Amino acid sequence: MEESTTTEESLFKTAWQTLQIPLLAVLTAFLTGAVVMLLSGDNPLVAYWGLLQGALGDLGALSRTLRRATPFIFTGLSVAFAFKAGLFNIGASGQFMIGTICSVAVGINFEGLPGIIHLPLALLAGILGGALWGAIAGWLKVWRGAHEVITTIMLNYVASLFAAWTVFAGGTGGQRPGPLSDPVAAARAISETRHVYDSARIPRILPGILDRVHWGIIIALLVALLIWWLLQKTTWGFEIRTAGKNPHAADYAGMRVGRTIVLSMAVAGGLAGLAGAVETLGLNYKFAPEFTGGAGFEGITIAMLGQLHPLGVVISSFLMGALDAGAAKMQFDSGVSREIIQVVQALVLAFVAAPSIIRSLYRLPEKGKGRVRRLGWG
Amino acid sequence: MYTWQKVTKFLSRGSVIFTFLLFLLAVIVDQTDMGTVPLRVFVGVSALNFTLRAAVPLMLGAMSGILCERSGIINIGIEGMMLAGAFGAFAVKVQTNAMPLGLSLFLSTLTALLLGGLMAYIHALLSIRYKVDQIIGGTVIIMLAAGLSSYFFNPNWMSVGKFGTIEIPLLSSIPVLGRVLFSNGLITYIALLLVIFLHVMLFHSRWGLRTRAVGEHPRAADTVGINVNRVRYVNTVLGGMVAGLAGAFLVLEAVGQFKEGMTAGRGFIALAAMIFGNWTPVGAFGASILFGYTQALQNELLLAGIVDIPRHFISMLPYVVTIVVVAGIVGRTRPPAAIGKVYESE
Repeated sequence: MEESTTTEESLFKTAWQTLQIPLLAVLTAFLTGAVVMLLSGDNPLVAYWGLLQGALGDLGALSRTLRRATPFIFTGLSVAFAFKAGLFNIGASGQFMIGTICSVAVGINFEGLPGIIHLPLALLAGILGGALWGAIAGWLKVWRGAHEVITTIMLNYVASLFAAWTVFAGGTGGQRPGPLSDPVAAARAISETRHVYDSARIPRILPGILDRVHWGIIIALLVALLIWWLLQKTTWGFEIRTAGKNPHAADYAGMRVGRTIVLSMAVAGGLAGLAGAVETLGLNYKFAPEFTGGAGFEGITIAMLGQLHPLGVVISSFLMGALDAGAAKMQFDSGVSREIIQVVQALVLAFVAAPSIIRSLYRLPEKGKGRVRRLGWG
Repeated sequence: MYTWQKVTKFLSRGSVIFTFLLFLLAVIVDQTDMGTVPLRVFVGVSALNFTLRAAVPLMLGAMSGILCERSGIINIGIEGMMLAGAFGAFAVKVQTNAMPLGLSLFLSTLTALLLGGLMAYIHALLSIRYKVDQIIGGTVIIMLAAGLSSYFFNPNWMSVGKFGTIEIPLLSSIPVLGRVLFSNGLITYIALLLVIFLHVMLFHSRWGLRTRAVGEHPRAADTVGINVNRVRYVNTVLGGMVAGLAGAFLVLEAVGQFKEGMTAGRGFIALAAMIFGNWTPVGAFGASILFGYTQALQNELLLAGIVDIPRHFISMLPYVVTIVVVAGIVGRTRPPAAIGKVYESE
């Protein structure tokens, strides 16, 4: 009896120790965000109340939160996975784009295919597209030593231009329309694809109740579990983590570090690509160049806030999803510009990456816990 | 792989030679009847003018990177510092529209320098005092600048007036060269002079020696009495100010207005120029001209409409060239040895 309480107590203690930095980082970011609002003459209480209402106030709000969280889980996992391998993937938005157009390409073709084949095929196309895009950066790093920070950013621009071209309606200067553009829309000079066939759409979980939530969120949770298993329970996961912590040791131990880097970037890219596929097949049903899906730098904040752990990523995604979903109502209710959310996100990243700020602010004992390997130009 | 190396070797060693050749060709094309349409697209005076205009923010960004990185602080946040500078310049320009133009421009530029410096100071604090991974720190700066500038931005703001062209007497009447180099706005001249100034300072001054020592071997620098982290703070803040000036250039000299996210990846291309130039001011200058030229080419090709390639692919040009160049320099560039590492004196 006595023993069990001590284990419970220590469990509680460990939980608190793991969670204190992320929780306090979020709290501090909100407080700092409030200061910014006060400085510019806005009322943070009204704003945050509106944010909460918009994120969780009713079923519609909850539905929006879950819907926004879905792609975030994938992109957060993408960044976290690359990070585990010692790589900094700021290319999630490009991989997302390529994943999107690949899945759309499958979705608007193959009429009459049964859903049981069509949908998985479209999802797979998204994964492969994103994986290929991510692998380019990994391969350039291994083969040419090009740092992934620069290549992935540049690939983001290339990807969004490429995606825009595929649905291009055709230009005034007699330019041909892109291969995926919908002729009907193109005739009205609108650049977008047709809608994907019903057989390639991800169904809603509870239509009418949680209106915008589709099975994509279940896929996201399963994928998070899969990534956890891959990293913690497989030899390959061990190789990735070793290469991430100390590439020289990994090399010395006979692990193929180069291969690990390329494959890790491929997996990271595949995850971001899947985000694009799920977003498109579950919600938009088509692609237009302005559908960026919010896969920008959020993935980085989510991964860091989740302490690079898949479960942490899932929880952080719900938080970021809530911020995103509530932002519109916040702006409507309080007149505070929704971009304050972006500021809060940046602050969350800053505080979670600098635990010593949090520790000194809240007088927590300094701990020499092992941190992730520094990224560097190496 | 062999040919690849040859090509990129030519590109990098040649980026300064490239700049020179570009001028030479332009003179020939301009002064003779060879100036048929396609040639003018590639080396006309307008292409060269555009090259310089596109290269100035890259140049300044690369100088910003060199200032920070030579002292050992990785700076991927140039993009954010630029954006902060651009927004600051714009906000103050709008508020001071009623003032005399010179004063208004002066105040706006000053704000850009201050905001760029402030952003860099945050980066330095995170990197040095709080030992945050410097790549994450840079990401924070980018997100913060994007968020804050969008939050405070008012789409109804209109800025009136910008830096005008200053013709340098005599020099500006040299054919081609005069029209490209000696007939520009103030910040362009400052940027060009800064390249030379930074080169001299970095390699021929006490400050430069200290900076390089701190970036290469902080322990040794510390032993001889250099305050390592102080040098890093100062250099990072100076770097931020230069990046802020790049932002001021975009708003006060090139575009005249502010747009959300208007830096559009220039901070990262500047970073690539810095790497390509092997962390030297002159090398980074050559690389900036090369990248600027790809943007000019993109622009001229789109305007001329002479090639039957979808415009999206032409627009990819600067980004693809950046990837190719960064992928081509393996083994021949070397970052400062102590870059990204926290220094704690014993």
